[in-house]
Amino acid sequence: MSDAVYNPAARPTPIPIGQIAPWLAFGGLLSVLLMYFVGAEQGATALIPGHYIHELVHDGRHLLDFPCH
Amino acid sequence: MAGRLLFYGMIAGLLAGLAAAGFFSLAAEPSVERAIAFESALADSAGEAPEAEIVSRRMQKSVGLIIGASAYGAAAGGFFGLAFAFAYGRIAQDDPRAVSALLAAAGFIAIALVPALKYPANPPAIGAPDSLGERTALFFAMVLISVVSLIVAASLGGALGAKFGAWCGRVAQAGVFVAAVTIAALALPGFNEIPTGFPADLLWTFRLASLGGQAVLWSVLGLSFGALVHNDRCRDETMSRRSGLA
Repeated sequence: MSDAVYNPAARPTPIPIGQIAPWLAFGGLLSVLLMYFVGAEQGATALIPGHYIHELVHDGRHLLDFPCH
Repeated sequence: MAGRLLFYGMIAGLLAGLAAAGFFSLAAEPSVERAIAFESALADSAGEAPEAEIVSRRMQKSVGLIIGASAYGAAAGGFFGLAFAFAYGRIAQDDPRAVSALLAAAGFIAIALVPALKYPANPPAIGAPDSLGERTALFFAMVLISVVSLIVAASLGGALGAKFGAWCGRVAQAGVFVAAVTIAALALPGFNEIPTGFPADLLWTFRLASLGGQAVLWSVLGLSFGALVHNDRCRDETMSRRSGLA
């Protein structure tokens, strides 16, 4: 994204990609796992047998638009 | 720095998830209860035995809802913090609070709104168990297409801005995103698994409350993350002034 008028001198220094990458791998994996357990575990697929996780997060799963049932 | 932003993102996301859980429990739980009553009545009339209750309704609508929404919020916040780490200093906006608000609006549109327009949230009683796998795969595909379209449209900023000027370049960027997600939404299959007699007003209220909760989540995430980073930067500046560095 670019703007017609801005002062490049005031621009904050971008964080180098190399510094973001390891955190992207760690944080991305953690976030994907969290989202998987809220959205899909014991529904379409299951890592842990049973229905406890599905039933516990049931309302959130419906309300956050994940397919359920 | 990126690690700290990831941490702030998850904290702000946790807070946002709690706010969304509060909104859901006020605005959506009555609809969930009505839908479950409809589902039970449908099962009764079909002569099915009632399902064994593994987690009580009381637990589902309190602790369960809070856990689900805050875990979702923390996950969204994690991605958000990382996206901020990448965007800050790379887009034409210097105030971290404005960058954060902008990213949250983009996140709401790409992660919540666009997928919900194609595959809207469904209350209990709607959805055939046989198609669950397919619906889950297609829902995640729609989220992925929407997010990738947003990233592609954002990365075209320089090229489109140089070709059409700043304003028209932005409009063209938005056009690229809208065109891509519209084509995807038209191409992917839809589902209509609403049982006969399901109240239309209940479906509408539930779906509206679902989108409302997402709006609460992304607003709180964007504003609280921006405040955290802003305070951090103010503290850093005060400290470097005190130590005579600036």
